[in-house]
Amino acid sequence: MTADYRHGSESPAIRTEAIEALLVEKGLVQSAAVDTLVERYEQDIGPLRGARVVAEAWTDPAFRARLLEDGMPAIRELGFGDNTDSHVARLVVKENTESVHNLVVCTLCSCYPWAVLGLPPAWYKSPAYRSRAVREPRRLLAELGLDLLPDVEVRVWDSSAEVRYMVLPRRPEGTDGLDVEELTARVTRDSMIGVERL
Amino acid sequence: MGGMHGFGAVDRRPDEALFPEAWQGRVCALAGYAMGAGLANIDAFRHAIERMPPDRYLADGYYGRWLYALETLARERLGGDTTPERPEIGSVTREVDREPRFAVGDPVRTWNRHPRGHTRLPGYARDRRGVIADVHPACVYPDTNADGLGESPEYLYTVGFESRELWGEEAEAGATVYIDLFEPYLEALE
Repeated sequence: MTADYRHGSESPAIRTEAIEALLVEKGLVQSAAVDTLVERYEQDIGPLRGARVVAEAWTDPAFRARLLEDGMPAIRELGFGDNTDSHVARLVVKENTESVHNLVVCTLCSCYPWAVLGLPPAWYKSPAYRSRAVREPRRLLAELGLDLLPDVEVRVWDSSAEVRYMVLPRRPEGTDGLDVEELTARVTRDSMIGVERL
Repeated sequence: MGGMHGFGAVDRRPDEALFPEAWQGRVCALAGYAMGAGLANIDAFRHAIERMPPDRYLADGYYGRWLYALETLARERLGGDTTPERPEIGSVTREVDREPRFAVGDPVRTWNRHPRGHTRLPGYARDRRGVIADVHPACVYPDTNADGLGESPEYLYTVGFESRELWGEEAEAGATVYIDLFEPYLEALE
């Protein structure tokens, strides 16, 4: 195959096979490694890490303070933050309160805190979300089922790659007796992006 | 895409597959490995996506854009017998021997430039007044790095913009948009 590769009208599956063959031929990629990484994305790197981080923050005030001060060292305490996000400068965690609601978006592309939430869901990467989250966050959130009172300030974090953002949602009422594991199970991915309230 | 109209409602589906089609997962992994092996740096990859014809950009979908960008970079950089050098992969932060120009609370205005190349200043935030909300370490400057013009590290700031400053009279009340911006994009306001 020559490197004179064009954007064909073939299906993306065929084009993917072609580009993979070229990258393998050039020695940049090994197909077995690709298989492994796809599996890892699908099975290991998911929002469960973020949920655990949130549950720790809810139950350990000192950890919460460290997390809000500087996210990456704090999540490393829990064994997260490995090389999935090695090029990221900082992980910043923003806490929802009675008077402030935080929402994360990437209008330029799809920046997302991989280290704690895995790969972003399709809606996060959609033109509808990327275009509207910065212009009309209240209306967008209301459409997604989250009505904010007028006196709650909305802070939208437009990630641009070097810094990644995660929301620390408010702990739901009636969860006082739950331990970290039970709390972890209550935390949803969407609450850590800021489009859901627990 | 920030602020554009016409894309309708956000289609949020519970329990959607991470890669609904198998090729999407392969493209995701291929891109990671190809960048790691030196096909391009991450800023050049992002710029390759941004260079797509606008109709293809919208029609191809997310991993379709990654596929298109991989094809573009392969065509441009894998001609003949050349094999790229494997780069060192690490953090984007860099030590620089100067202090940040701005501090938290400083009022700033963004520059009004519309470069042909890659930049991280979104179109909707050009020539707008904001306030420094956070000062980050100096990082590789994507605007030069994407074009192979070197890392030229610059301090990175989080800048808060009142919704009204960005969207005018139709802005929603009580909303602030925070954007991570590099020092050259910013000028001091009195």
